[in-house]
Amino acid sequence: MSSTMHMHGGIGESIKRKEDGRFLRGKGNYLDDFVLPNMIHMAILRSPYAHARIKSIDTKEASAKPGVIAVVTGDLMAQHKLAWMPTLSGDTQAVLATDKVRFQGQEVAAVIAETKYQAEDALASIEVDYEVLPAVTSPDKAKAEGAALIRDDKDGQKDNHIYHWESGNQATTQAAFAKAHKVVRLHTFYPRCHPAPLETCGCIADVNGATGKATIYMTSQAPHAIRTVFALVTGLPEQNIRIISPDLGGGFGNKVPVYPGYVVATAASLLLGRPVKWIEDRNENLISTGFARDFHMTGDLAVDENGKMLALRVHLDSDNGAFFADAQPSKFKAGLFHIVTGSYDIPTAHVTADGYYTNKAPGGVAYRCSFRVTEASYLIERLVTNAALELGIDQAEFRKQNFIQPEQFPYTSATGWVYDSGDYPKAMDVALSQLGYAELKKDVEVRRKKGEVTGIGIASFTEVVGAGHGAEFDILGLRMFDSAELRVHPTGKAILRMGTKSQGQGHETTFAQIVAEELGIPAQDVAVEEGDTDTAPYGLGTYASRSTPVAGAATAMVSRQLREKARKLAAHLLEAAEEDLVWERGKFYVKGSPERSKTIQEAAFAAYTNLPEGMQAGLEGVYYYDPPNMTYPFGTYAVVVDVDKGTGQVKVKRMVAVDDCGVRINPMIVEGQIHGGLAEGYGIAFMQLITFDDEGNCIGSNFMDYLIPGSWETPKFELGETSTPSPHHPLGAKGVGESPTVGSPAAYVNAVIDALSPYGITNIDMPVTSDKVWAALRSKGVTE
Amino acid sequence: MKVTMTVNGAERSADVEPRVLLVDFLRSNLLLTGTHIGCDTTSCGACTVQLDGEPVKSCTVLAVQAEGREVKTVEGLANGAALAPIQVGFHEEHGLQCGFCTPGMMMVTSALLERNPNPTDDEIRWAISGNICRCTGYMNIVKAVKHAAQMQAGAAKAPEHAAVGGGGE
Repeated sequence: MSSTMHMHGGIGESIKRKEDGRFLRGKGNYLDDFVLPNMIHMAILRSPYAHARIKSIDTKEASAKPGVIAVVTGDLMAQHKLAWMPTLSGDTQAVLATDKVRFQGQEVAAVIAETKYQAEDALASIEVDYEVLPAVTSPDKAKAEGAALIRDDKDGQKDNHIYHWESGNQATTQAAFAKAHKVVRLHTFYPRCHPAPLETCGCIADVNGATGKATIYMTSQAPHAIRTVFALVTGLPEQNIRIISPDLGGGFGNKVPVYPGYVVATAASLLLGRPVKWIEDRNENLISTGFARDFHMTGDLAVDENGKMLALRVHLDSDNGAFFADAQPSKFKAGLFHIVTGSYDIPTAHVTADGYYTNKAPGGVAYRCSFRVTEASYLIERLVTNAALELGIDQAEFRKQNFIQPEQFPYTSATGWVYDSGDYPKAMDVALSQLGYAELKKDVEVRRKKGEVTGIGIASFTEVVGAGHGAEFDILGLRMFDSAELRVHPTGKAILRMGTKSQGQGHETTFAQIVAEELGIPAQDVAVEEGDTDTAPYGLGTYASRSTPVAGAATAMVSRQLREKARKLAAHLLEAAEEDLVWERGKFYVKGSPERSKTIQEAAFAAYTNLPEGMQAGLEGVYYYDPPNMTYPFGTYAVVVDVDKGTGQVKVKRMVAVDDCGVRINPMIVEGQIHGGLAEGYGIAFMQLITFDDEGNCIGSNFMDYLIPGSWETPKFELGETSTPSPHHPLGAKGVGESPTVGSPAAYVNAVIDALSPYGITNIDMPVTSDKVWAALRSKGVTE
Repeated sequence: MKVTMTVNGAERSADVEPRVLLVDFLRSNLLLTGTHIGCDTTSCGACTVQLDGEPVKSCTVLAVQAEGREVKTVEGLANGAALAPIQVGFHEEHGLQCGFCTPGMMMVTSALLERNPNPTDDEIRWAISGNICRCTGYMNIVKAVKHAAQMQAGAAKAPEHAAVGGGGE
């Protein structure tokens, strides 16, 4: 018998995951595993060009191919007013192109056939006559004189500029810079990458002609929000739309947006009266769905003669692709980038951002990140290390000198964030001691004298996660609360339903543990269900590390509500006064007489069988939690690298990660999340790149070009922990899934730059590949 | 054309086009959906099955190439209700998160343990280097395989299957 079976499964226990059984047996329910009666298959024809006018589309031959039931074009969609759809950033996006194609891989037509193979076959027979137009492939090219106008579909759009956005105080920042002892500048490009969950996106749309009910199985991290968007886009009444998000094979932000394939499959099912399945292949996933980053950033840090940070000034150009489809709270055009002052007490800051259309895929998603906090964290942490190197101060010491101190919390940053809690020096000290920093620094000196290239990188990130509160943070007007509905059955077992949606984070275990802690029902007895909009309470979904901060809080609150009702039931059973009862996890007893007690299970049974006069039956409740503030997880990561002068190859020798995410509900799951995020951070720092040639051809469109870290490349991680509970979260938890992806890229790259700094090299943009390192060394005259 | 093979110990046959991939045959014809498709280019290993005991990526094998041969998929790992040691290892060491790569990982590593019952960390990492996991960072997968190796050597005691059983049900 597993040790797990004997555990209550409360907060802080590393119980094994409840969801594992089906996955281990190959019985997970991923989208492509579903087969509905009479189901047909859809394949999408995509543009080979980045920018071209569509002169004509001929579908005659394709329509006559074996097994083909229908060929759908933009014209057909337009007849149903579905050729365009709204994006999550208030722009519009083509569902199927009618006028132009605006990025390589854009959806042009769809074939619906009896089998997947037949649908794919017929794509080649659709004839599209294109007039190729010049492609715009960067913000610089987008703003150049005479640049091709990408969004000529939009009234009043005269150029490729999307937005200008600012945060902070320009005047005070300028004044501080005028008095600065030194200004350190870093210009860096955080390149486009892609979340690439191992399962691609897809859907099965099943519109029942008799009832009008549209059941759409969909790879969605936010099924409720999608339902509302679908209702608005299609005009179907919302009660007739049911989104079911089954087991997800990873998401990392890629499964937040609404994709054209979902809309076309739904329209096809509506028109044909049969369930329509559409599953992307990997190429389609990489070239057309939500990418991440693509920020060109310039940061200036002003310091005084003592190394005290005085001011921060940042400008960034954002490459948003052909449609402004970033998934982010609507008030913030560049996401939460203005957290860019990070862990430092910088008195004033000014951030400006401009977004541009380019002929690249749309949909800047928060790839394992809370809305652009990753780019912000990367910029400040790279800038701080560069400043330390330039000033000749130890990079750990420079950070400590400028950290927001523990007694300053709650701390209001120069751009207006109210940091809830933190102890940055402590996390730094734990990391340095775990690393053996003092000794290592001596070792680095010795080895450098021998001509070796070696370095240490540090990043002390601060994240901002767990959106809302709702008044400040919304998606298309939907406030960013989240929900939990708890039903305790007569036998004391329970079902918990939530507005979030796990993609591997282990919600079925973690949230059962919150109930176990707060209501005393063992985690094993609590089923957790998410993803079916007909059964789960409304919520905004899982991304931006918001599940534990928001839905986890909702779970605690609904459990506490039920505990109060259970107290009344126990008082009734014990014939005692409510106020005389003492709660001990799992039972109530009479103060001073611990032998007179009733368990939560007995109270639950009474809720259905033996009620006090006037009480409603049942032990059920629902709670919608609107967080009073964001949570601010933080940590210090430290990396040691060796660089081969001959080949430019970087070897990560050590990676120490100290995370503070407040209270850890299941430490095993938390550490698993950190491992995964550190591996993705490694991939972003050294391998993962989506790029484009001058004609807008996507390079990185399959797993042979878009390099994902495997077991051989991925370093081994050494984890450490501090715990500073969130003061406003009912459990003190902060969320953790994204911290390692946010914090680690800067730590990896800082280590490389530290190693190369003796040669005067101050920056290499990610991914830091061997050829770039080799070229940088050669440019400084370094050979073997 | 007709193709016949042994899948998880039972003879299975179907009429398929010559171009049908083994992964599609398993998933669509036999409804063995535990074998997943992640990339189409033999890069990710989500579709890994064992063909005559050797791990192969079934997105790059035609169903007809398996004619007369033995195929083992994730559905063939457990002995009825009792999980195989490799499955127990993944559970006990938290070697899976979203679960999508897990069947492929287990088919590779159970084959590894057949020929090398006591692999080192590096031998495990090398064995799974053709399989991508986006969630775990591989640390716990390595531990899971070692756990299974120990179990097979009788050093670790297997939990009863119920511990990994019906999830929340």
